[in-house]
Amino acid sequence: MLAYIIRRLLYAIPILIGVNLLTFALFFVVNTPDDMARMQLGIKRVTPEAIQKWKAERGYDKPLVWNAAAAGSATLTETIFFSKSVRMFAGDFGRADDGRDIAREIAQRMGPSLAIALPTFVLGLFVAISFALLLVFFRATTLDFAGVVLCVAMMSISGLFYIIGGQWLVSKVWHLVPISGYSGGLDAAKFLVLPVIIGVIGGIGSSARWYRTIFLEEIGRDYVRTARAKGLSERVVLFRHVLRNALIPILTGVVVVIPTLFMGSLLTESFFGVPGLGSYTIDAINAQDFAVVRSMVFIGSVLYIVGLLATDVSYTLADPRVRLQ
Amino acid sequence: MGLSVQPVLLWSDALLFVLIGVIVGLSLWARRQDALRAAWARVLKDGVAMAAATVLAVFVLIGLLDSLHFRARLPAQAGAAASYAVEVNSALDALLSGLRQRTEKTYSAPLATHLYSKEALENSTQREFPRLKHGGAHLGENTVGKLVGHELDIAVRLSRGLAGGLALWLLLVAVVRQANGLDLRALMKVGAGGSAKSAAGGAVLITLLAIFLLLGAAISLGGGYHVFGTDKVGQDVLYLSLKAIRTGLLIGTLTTLVMLPAAVSLGILAGYVGGWVDDLIQYVYTTLSSIPGVLLIAAAVLMMQVVIDTHPDWFATSAERADARLLALCLILGMTSWTGVARLLRGETLKLRELEFVQAAQAFGVGRFAIMRRHILPNLMHIVLISLVMDFSGLVLAEAVLSYVGVGVDPTTISFGTMINTARMELAREPMVWWSLAAAFSFMFALVLAANLFADAVRDAFDPRSSA
Repeated sequence: MLAYIIRRLLYAIPILIGVNLLTFALFFVVNTPDDMARMQLGIKRVTPEAIQKWKAERGYDKPLVWNAAAAGSATLTETIFFSKSVRMFAGDFGRADDGRDIAREIAQRMGPSLAIALPTFVLGLFVAISFALLLVFFRATTLDFAGVVLCVAMMSISGLFYIIGGQWLVSKVWHLVPISGYSGGLDAAKFLVLPVIIGVIGGIGSSARWYRTIFLEEIGRDYVRTARAKGLSERVVLFRHVLRNALIPILTGVVVVIPTLFMGSLLTESFFGVPGLGSYTIDAINAQDFAVVRSMVFIGSVLYIVGLLATDVSYTLADPRVRLQ
Repeated sequence: MGLSVQPVLLWSDALLFVLIGVIVGLSLWARRQDALRAAWARVLKDGVAMAAATVLAVFVLIGLLDSLHFRARLPAQAGAAASYAVEVNSALDALLSGLRQRTEKTYSAPLATHLYSKEALENSTQREFPRLKHGGAHLGENTVGKLVGHELDIAVRLSRGLAGGLALWLLLVAVVRQANGLDLRALMKVGAGGSAKSAAGGAVLITLLAIFLLLGAAISLGGGYHVFGTDKVGQDVLYLSLKAIRTGLLIGTLTTLVMLPAAVSLGILAGYVGGWVDDLIQYVYTTLSSIPGVLLIAAAVLMMQVVIDTHPDWFATSAERADARLLALCLILGMTSWTGVARLLRGETLKLRELEFVQAAQAFGVGRFAIMRRHILPNLMHIVLISLVMDFSGLVLAEAVLSYVGVGVDPTTISFGTMINTARMELAREPMVWWSLAAAFSFMFALVLAANLFADAVRDAFDPRSSA
């Protein structure tokens, strides 16, 4: 198992290098730093000096990958590729346009992001699985049909609607919680309730329907017939047998997203004014802060790869038959 | 002598027509394949699916009308060569010219007669709600300046519209009955499937009734009022919603269209050839899919924006630039979403490769690429079709989110995302400006719900795992 994990981690390296090369190509080759400077400065204020200053401020005034003017190893290190892309592997993301250190900013903003994403994830999983089990318990009845129709209808509603509608109803009409904002400590609870509930409701349609399909597939298996033939009640069959055996397909889709919870949710955080990584990313996109977007792409893919590994490991925990080698 | 209009073919129009051509061609081909015909027959017998398909057809019709672009000819001057307007309009614009041209000053509520905000009037010292230029302009005022018969007028128009819709529907039912009466004997000869087919037909007719009633009411009320109100610059919200349909359809279909060739060929290649080709392709799609989708899209769109902004000379009109941006967005969305389909196709190809008919073809000395094209590809078409219809609704929803994040379509392109984005800020006003949001969300809901229901039926009919 340890050997497997190490091998998988080694396999992650070329993928991260690929991500790194891709973002490098996207940000520095498709458009030269001169193009970006011209765009950010605006067409009117563009002078060669302004472009030079813009590039120097951000460290984009070096050659892309090969510095012929430098000596020794500096031919490789005194380049944009090395200073902007390679150093990400060491956790050095450079500075944002406002001069702040991106790595520190990310560390600070992870907390609020998790404070929303984690409860949403856990509660969402619990609610969706319970709802799906309920539908399966009443399968092939009107209740099941109505439940599926409800799921499809809820899937068809834009996520923006849940947020806008929820904010309007709960905060503006009922005045139950503040409409947006955030604070540290226990005070945060009143800001978190609404985004978490909206997140759960918004995700329930597609996930409950998916879990229902998985449960229905399991329920046709032989071991379920055996369990029923033994005289077990339907409740015991569902909770003790079907639920456990359905864990494997559920884990495939679920574990992989756990690490990416750190990234926060773009929409929720920006609508509710939560100072997390999601709103950080959105602000960076709107301000066209390329350094931040590049860093978030890198971190996102690192977390995704961790998630894939965690998925494999979770299989062995859920199912003793699975052996990783 | 020239035409009174000059046709304009935007790139997205061309691609849309290519797509329609491909669909027509494929359906002609599918008619001759027994298995495919049987699967489609299952979809055709499904009442919910056919009702959804009817709604989708209406949306597609609106989208197609909106894809026939032209520039109108300006009033000719004696002796001068014909000149055309700079503005690019579509057939839908021409049909809805009433809605398009009747703009107000700013917001007005649905069916309102007065503007949303107070203004200082000419001959009075007080600030008052001014009358709308078009909404309810035909209504008279009594001596104290109050409107006469606003509610009554709405009720009359509404019932007239509903009655018109109902009459049209009854006419249609009569025609169908007439035609079916002739068909019935042919059906009886074949025998089976009669009742299911008529149930699906009934679902279509009921859906059509609902559509006709809504259409009748909208036309009748729209003649004198703004049915969904007006937006910040006074444009009719109903008109905007109808225009947004094309954008949604384009993003939902073209994205899948541009990614399919890559996804299909790479997926089959990886699964069939194996070895280092498989390793390489797997590496490429693992790398791409490991980047969170929104971020990759955001990064790519930001870069595309730089390209478009630094090359203003590439585009003759603003319509062309917006169109290029829409297409680029489809391309970027396709680039990021092909990995899932490719992975699925690779797995399925691995299974097919070991089956007897493929091995027999190999034994006969059929070439690799011929096997992939003639024996593997046709057996994967159901996966391609399912992913095509399943992706559609997700893409329509994604467009709204991306436009909100600021990496969606051009702000001048009318789409559900831009509508929601501009209307979002106005919720804080008192009284609330809710109608733009409501219209965008309900049109989007109808489109996506119909697409989801139809996709489910297609999946059930084509997926061999689900037993019919």
